Amino acid sequence: MANTDTTAEARPAAAASDPRMALLAPLVAWLVPGAGHLIQKRWIRGLVLMACVVTMFTLGLAMDGKIYKPNTGDLLEMLAFVSDLGAGGLYILGRMMDWGTGSIINATADYGKTFIVVAGLLNIMCMVDAYHIAIGKKP
Amino acid sequence: MILALQVSHFTAAVTFALFASVVFGITQRNNPRDMLRYGAYCFTVFVLGMFAAGWVMWLLHH
Repeated sequence: MANTDTTAEARPAAAASDPRMALLAPLVAWLVPGAGHLIQKRWIRGLVLMACVVTMFTLGLAMDGKIYKPNTGDLLEMLAFVSDLGAGGLYILGRMMDWGTGSIINATADYGKTFIVVAGLLNIMCMVDAYHIAIGKKP
Repeated sequence: MILALQVSHFTAAVTFALFASVVFGITQRNNPRDMLRYGAYCFTVFVLGMFAAGWVMWLLHH
């Protein structure tokens, strides 16, 4: 009984009043990095996560990094595409604006490609964290 | 992109370590104090690991 009370105390008010947050938070976090935290009123965490993911993605593009498209050729390119897709709205924007289409011709472009891939992976971590907050697993 | 940002491997690696560590800290710990400590720990491990890997590659090369 005491254990149940502790869980209820740890659960955020947003999730307790609206169970749809468990679905909405990761979805919003995918579309806009950090927004999954912002809609649950975790302002500082949300803004810091947003700054990190957006800056990494932008630096990757500035270094002439490549944004991978869906393909069935090379396994590593398929994995890179899945990672890039994790950046959500940034990935969609990049594809719409035709950014990151150059070939990887130097070391800097390779660093840029890595930054973009990792920005996507970090955003997936943000999505999972937003989900954990929504279900009350994390304060 | 016409003018690509040119950075050294070291600068790129430290920048990478910084942003990755901040996200690790926030997502893997529950309170602000632990987040800061874990973020700093991750950053230190990233940077020390980079130097260690650099020396290993130097030794393999020579």
